[in-house]
Amino acid sequence: MATSIISLRRTGLSDWLIQRASALVLLTYFILIACQLLGSVDYISWRGLFDQTWMKIFTLLAALSLAAHAWIGLWSVTTDYLTERLLGPKGKSIRLLCQIGTSSALIGYVIWIIVIVWR
Amino acid sequence: MRSTSKDTRPVNLDIGTISLPVTAYASITHRVTGVVMFFASFLMLWALDMSLASEASFNNVAAILGSPLARFISWGIASVLTYHALAGIKHLIMDAGVGETMRGGVIGARIVFTLAIGAAAIWGVLIWRLQ
Repeated sequence: MATSIISLRRTGLSDWLIQRASALVLLTYFILIACQLLGSVDYISWRGLFDQTWMKIFTLLAALSLAAHAWIGLWSVTTDYLTERLLGPKGKSIRLLCQIGTSSALIGYVIWIIVIVWR
Repeated sequence: MRSTSKDTRPVNLDIGTISLPVTAYASITHRVTGVVMFFASFLMLWALDMSLASEASFNNVAAILGSPLARFISWGIASVLTYHALAGIKHLIMDAGVGETMRGGVIGARIVFTLAIGAAAIWGVLIWRLQ
């Protein structure tokens, strides 16, 4: 079990671990952002925060966590509800289209975040 | 899984006809809020992009976010994200072996719903009073 959880081959067990690790990164990141926004934030302090190297790396880590977390979640949701049983013979095509759409959007999100932070 | 896809046996679990426990509603809400966050991420990235582009752009997005509609959307995103996070924390607690029984699950789901409603009320006050 211990070897399969860290192996490169994707398994349900590795999904389970990635989902929880990424959740903790995102939770920490959103708490930090919420604390900033609820304080008196102006452009200088906001820009200053994102100019720090640790914040750039944390933001990139949050972006990658978002992509992994959302992909595992949306893969689960699409394979559960967009099925041949619920949608008929076109179920498989609709599911694949939605999965291509969501994965493309998530890759786009990561690229967008990299552009925002390193502009 | 593939071998069962051509299975012609009837599916008798019609969710619409059975009374679901609170744990089922907590689970469905966790999924729905997750899907909502996927779309809300686009709006949050747009705001982050605008806020960091320049000082003029920052002031512009601050003005947009001050409008009643944007405040309502921000409140919605914050509340949905808080529910999703609380339900996720409940999962982590259950992973640790706490509250894995049916009774524990029901109590956990009720706590998550109660805290999420309370958090939504607090977000409402905080976002309304901002700026």
